[in-house]
Amino acid sequence: MSGGTPRARPFSKAAREALQDTQLRRNLARATSTIREKRLRATEELPDWQELREAGRAIKAHTLAHLDHYLMRLEQNVVARGGQIHWARDAAEANAIVQALVSETGVREAIKVKSITTDEIGLNDALAAIGVHAIETDLAELIVQLAHEPSSHILVPAIHKNRAEIRALFLEAMGIAPSELSDEPAELAAAARRFLRAKFLEARVGISGANFAVAETGAVCVVESEGNGRMCTTLPDTLITVMGIEKVVPDWRAMEVFLQLLPRSSTAERMNPYTSFWSGVRPGDGPQAFHLVLLDNGRSEVLAHRERRQTLHCIRCSACLNVCPVYARVGGHAYGSHYPGPIGAILSPQLLDSPEADTLPFASTLCGACYDVCPVKIDIPSVLLDLRLRSVERRRARRGRLAALDTEDGAMRLAAAVFAEPRRYQWAQRGARLAQAPFVRDGYLERLPGYLAGWTRTRDVPAVPAQTFREWWRERRGSGGSQR
Amino acid sequence: MRLALFIPCYVDTLFPQAGRATVAVLERLGHELTFPEEQTCCGQMHVNTGYQREAIPLVRNFVRAFGAYDQVVAPSASCVGEVREIYPRLARLSRDPELVADVDALVPRVHELTSFLVDTLGVEDVGAYFPHRVTFHPTCHSQRVLRIGDRPQRLLRRVRGIDLVPLPNAEECCGFGGTFSVKNADTSSAMLSSKVASVLQSGAEVCAAADNSCLMHIGGALHRQRTGVRTLHVAEILASTETHPWRAP
Repeated sequence: MSGGTPRARPFSKAAREALQDTQLRRNLARATSTIREKRLRATEELPDWQELREAGRAIKAHTLAHLDHYLMRLEQNVVARGGQIHWARDAAEANAIVQALVSETGVREAIKVKSITTDEIGLNDALAAIGVHAIETDLAELIVQLAHEPSSHILVPAIHKNRAEIRALFLEAMGIAPSELSDEPAELAAAARRFLRAKFLEARVGISGANFAVAETGAVCVVESEGNGRMCTTLPDTLITVMGIEKVVPDWRAMEVFLQLLPRSSTAERMNPYTSFWSGVRPGDGPQAFHLVLLDNGRSEVLAHRERRQTLHCIRCSACLNVCPVYARVGGHAYGSHYPGPIGAILSPQLLDSPEADTLPFASTLCGACYDVCPVKIDIPSVLLDLRLRSVERRRARRGRLAALDTEDGAMRLAAAVFAEPRRYQWAQRGARLAQAPFVRDGYLERLPGYLAGWTRTRDVPAVPAQTFREWWRERRGSGGSQR
Repeated sequence: MRLALFIPCYVDTLFPQAGRATVAVLERLGHELTFPEEQTCCGQMHVNTGYQREAIPLVRNFVRAFGAYDQVVAPSASCVGEVREIYPRLARLSRDPELVADVDALVPRVHELTSFLVDTLGVEDVGAYFPHRVTFHPTCHSQRVLRIGDRPQRLLRRVRGIDLVPLPNAEECCGFGGTFSVKNADTSSAMLSSKVASVLQSGAEVCAAADNSCLMHIGGALHRQRTGVRTLHVAEILASTETHPWRAP
């Protein structure tokens, strides 16, 4: 991984810890609010932004409905242009393929383009296991790698770090004397540039992910801002690309849509600075061996589900992270996955399949801000609801007969039985009024028991008043009056 | 027009004054209302917590209570959003074609109060008087599920005596999210602290919204912190007149 594996923990626990980090809170608040405003300007200036979103959604839905066809077409065209295709069912298969390819070259170091897919499969660790050091060349990715931490943002992996922390990491990793490096961003970038330039010139193997692959010609695309990615895809002799199967697009016309949607949504730029395309290999120009590893790793399962398959539309722009009020407060590490924020809350539980990841669909207030900004119109709140249902049912299945003892499960079943019958509901109203009586202070309750205790740690709750609405309605109808 | 009142369970139980205010406004405008007593809860809490199957009997109960009416109006954007956006899905989850048909027929007739006033009745000036400084919180479900836009503010701007002041970062969620507020109480509280700061920054004495649920959340912190700022449902402001002005309970 890019230097660290996310810790699998229930979201509420991880979030609680993250909320204590004052530096993180400030960094996130500043960074997300700045990029949020910039994104809004970059999308509002396009009169056809909504039509573009719809086009993006439609292309993705069409491609996924015919995924087998487009993947075969991609394979055909990559091979026709001298590339090689490898199919990987899961992370283990993908890692084994890349390990074998790298071993053949005999190198001890490989340079990497920023890629979440390779983080997802834990490729850096797999390479380390065969004695190969994978060097991250994206500045932010390099920072988190040096810190031995996982990324905390899809686009800005080191969003949780400040410049003093980055300076300390560089001093240690690059062997620079403290007097020779300040914490000025320009100086830090220059230090990273010197460090990486040496690596670029030595490297014989490059490893990348892919943002898109065009089925009609076999062209693979990486979208980045620094140009370091292009160094990795052009300088080495061998290029290995690991790509999720959902990244294929039918044709070049699709790129017209996505190359507008992606930069405006992610970096709020009108045009992306470095957009690299390559097709197979060309003698005397660029890598002489090109391998494309097509990774499933749970994606076919996602595709099989009617409501959830839209998760695969994602083009990893991170706009949903930047507008998410939950992400803005807890940061990426709380999600325990390489895919944080709202998209992570729906993608991770589907890919990871663990009790911890099953807490992620609840890491949202369903406020809907993510859906509104999504450039390919993923209805994240709807998928969250669907995954919440799945999570409850899986918890029941795991607990078997003990499910009856689950506080929430029991309370929800009881509430449903009460609400389904108007008379029971009214008894419950009266019961609550009686039960609360000893605890009411000035019309409020300051402490609630059990499951509800979390509420009153920071909030009061109004007490049930002397007359409910329906009691008032009945009384008023009885007296024939119309007073308020 | 047979007009029915949908008073969500928590309004009925905890905020009856918002229900009474809804009655006052609509009757003042000359409408006769019915409150079908079979109604209980729309099931939003169940759905949003993952207990969608448990919510299906509540959908049936809702259809039983309201199916016979021409229009249904409720002082809650969130619960109306639940009915309009989620009920069709729940009906399909039940695999009961009759329920699907009943829900599809009923759902377009269920309205949130401010949209009902502005769009269905075509009224913006409801003859209200409320001489206080008010800031308005546009709740998430009113904006991004029902998309009622500025309808509440259009009504509020026509209230005589009101001093309507802007709320900084108004569109950001207050952190309630139903059971999110207890399952992720710490994150919820962190979000709420920003909303409370915005309300205080606005200088208002009243924070209003079209949802008592979010107001219960915001108001719970305003009260806990003894800020001296109160929360009111929009209906309560619209119900206040020069002859019967709103009075603190």
